[in-house]
Amino acid sequence: MKYPFPVGKSDFIQGDEAIARAAILAGCRFYAGYPITPASEIFEAMALYMPLVDGVSIQMEDELASIAAIIGASWVGAKAMTATSGPGFSLMMENLGYAIMTETPIVVVDVQRSGPSTGQPTLAAQGDVMQAIWGTHGDHSLIVLTPATVQEAFDMTIRAFNLAEKYRTPAILLTDAEVGHMREKVDIPNPEDIELVYRKLPSNEEEAKYPFGDIHGDLIPPMPIFGKGYRTYVTGLTHDEKGRPKTVDAEIHRKLIERIVNKIEKNKKDIIDYETFDLDDAEVAIISYGIVARSAIRAVKMLRSEGIKAGLLKLNVVWPFDFEMIEKIAEQVNAIYVPEMNLGQVYHLVKEGANGKARVELIPKIGGEVHTPQEIVKAVKRCEKCI
Amino acid sequence: MYLKLSYEIRDKYLRKDMLPTIFCPGCGIGSVLQYTLRAIDELGWSKDEVVWVSGIGCSSRVPGFVDFDGLHTTHGRALAFATGIKMANPDLKVIAFMGDGDTAAIGGNHFIHAIRRNLDVTVILINNFTYGMTGGQVAPTTLKGLRGTTAPYGSFENPFDIAELAVAAGANYVARWTVFNYIQGINSIKKALQKKGFSLVEFLSPCPISFGRRNRMKTAPELIKWYNKITVPISKAKNMSPEELEGKIIIGEFVDRDRPSLDEEYEAYKKRAKKIMGWEE
Ligand SMILES: Cc1ncc(C[n+]2csc(CCOP(=O)(O)OP(=O)(O)O)c2C)c(N)n1
Ligand code: SF4
Repeated sequence: MKYPFPVGKSDFIQGDEAIARAAILAGCRFYAGYPITPASEIFEAMALYMPLVDGVSIQMEDELASIAAIIGASWVGAKAMTATSGPGFSLMMENLGYAIMTETPIVVVDVQRSGPSTGQPTLAAQGDVMQAIWGTHGDHSLIVLTPATVQEAFDMTIRAFNLAEKYRTPAILLTDAEVGHMREKVDIPNPEDIELVYRKLPSNEEEAKYPFGDIHGDLIPPMPIFGKGYRTYVTGLTHDEKGRPKTVDAEIHRKLIERIVNKIEKNKKDIIDYETFDLDDAEVAIISYGIVARSAIRAVKMLRSEGIKAGLLKLNVVWPFDFEMIEKIAEQVNAIYVPEMNLGQVYHLVKEGANGKARVELIPKIGGEVHTPQEIVKAVKRCEKCI
Repeated sequence: MYLKLSYEIRDKYLRKDMLPTIFCPGCGIGSVLQYTLRAIDELGWSKDEVVWVSGIGCSSRVPGFVDFDGLHTTHGRALAFATGIKMANPDLKVIAFMGDGDTAAIGGNHFIHAIRRNLDVTVILINNFTYGMTGGQVAPTTLKGLRGTTAPYGSFENPFDIAELAVAAGANYVARWTVFNYIQGINSIKKALQKKGFSLVEFLSPCPISFGRRNRMKTAPELIKWYNKITVPISKAKNMSPEELEGKIIIGEFVDRDRPSLDEEYEAYKKRAKKIMGWEE
């Protein structure tokens, strides 16, 4: 296959561009979107590439329509993606829940800007973490990945497609204006070297009768895509294993929702991804994700040079969340610091995970600028002294 | 037209394990469903090549009862989902079964844009002048002065004429009937289904329970009489003055044209892109 960009070599590109290229290489052939800063470049790149690879790129009337269209495309078998920023992401929430309930693999990119409301369109923030995890209504789970570099934006886009397909669920790539607009060197592998996952399809008529049943015992039903003669009915209402609406049956509702939550929860170890720096002998842990983690790495080095045994846990996935791992870290260190470009979101998850075993301090920053390493160092030192 | 017995249609197309339907006695949705299935049957279409899409409302429950691939989505968004289905697999034929609130209120934006793009979909619209499922609130189609639970003293807003709106937005085929015009209705659906691009067949459909009861028309026959009173065939309407047409609803075929559909345009667009990039001659 011919690609509209160089493959098998590195290139110097923006984060948004990297996401678009990675999506194409992950097999995405349907993109629907609505322009918004700082995500528009993803759409513009998709608009350029999609017709050339026989995919579809379409500008919808709004973000509600964009996510609706990609869910529709997914049900006819396409790998599909949309990208937006905070205000558009808010508009997608109802249909994000629909995708979770109907177990539709899709990838949604949120290039975060500062809010609430239209806020600071061109500046970065990490204010949508809770929206990504809990923004839609009802009990649910999904997958949220957080890249810190342009290379990670590329790699995690491919991973987002793979996880969405594997677990029949929406995967959210939660990035920000900084990563989205920054230019860095990205290694673009040869397409043959990229490991791709495709959703499990029913292997026979019998399996196709249970589009929402745990027929393989792995909590993930095969997906009978439309147009193959299976005649599947898909509804956002509470449904039984065959997809028939059963809206007032408590037991059916419990079974369905628990399976949808458990297919993520029970496979946490497979989904969760993190890196550690100098954490083994650390007395002070910094837990960070996305763009801020880059400052945090430097801060750890600076703290070490000043004799403070600091270490970093960099989260590449913020949901599902490894509360148990945080507790283990909390047992080892005196204090955990969570620098975030918000007034505390992942901080609350960390605090819950730490379970009182260590002090957890938030290092907040808002207004569109990333924490400098010095700011993190200062905040840690200030607090370490006051204890 | 030779009409097959209803039970033949039922046995061939309905999901037995989903019956009975949720529809109230005297509701028009079942009739329109039957017309749609008869149209498909007469065209000889396979159940495997058609996808039904809907939003939320009584009318939107229809895809659950028919033995086809079906996507029952969120309120008002059926046509946005349909855009993904059709564009990702243009070989599929798409029917959107929608309510008037679903189409013209919460879904108004998707409706006009699907038409502007000329998405190849057939909308079967149940216009019962009310929100049936949520219990009889006023809709954007409720005629002035008629009651709903959210306008208990009679609606004070101007209603939409959905068929006219569709014509203005650029639909390829638009017709409106009452559920009692069944021969015209079936023929229109047949035409609409065969049409590339956006087609709409609107049915004025009785909702005795949520709508009629609040407007002194408790039964379907009373609503039939009212429909007879307020509807005027398009041929007759041409010679009537605006004053005479005040408060009347025109029925008939509004437009029948063949502008290229969205998927056809996209095919050409792909070719153009490859040519501009020098990938193809
Ligand atoms: C976002 C959202 N808002 C409101 C509702 C509640 N709701 C369900 S059906 C409906 C109206 C249905 O009326 P209509 O579309 O005319 O269809 P009918 O039931 O009359 O066939 C509403 C408002 C909803 N389900 N979702
Ligand atoms: S409420 Fe009205 S539209 Fe809904 S099923 Fe009953 S009669 Fe039909």
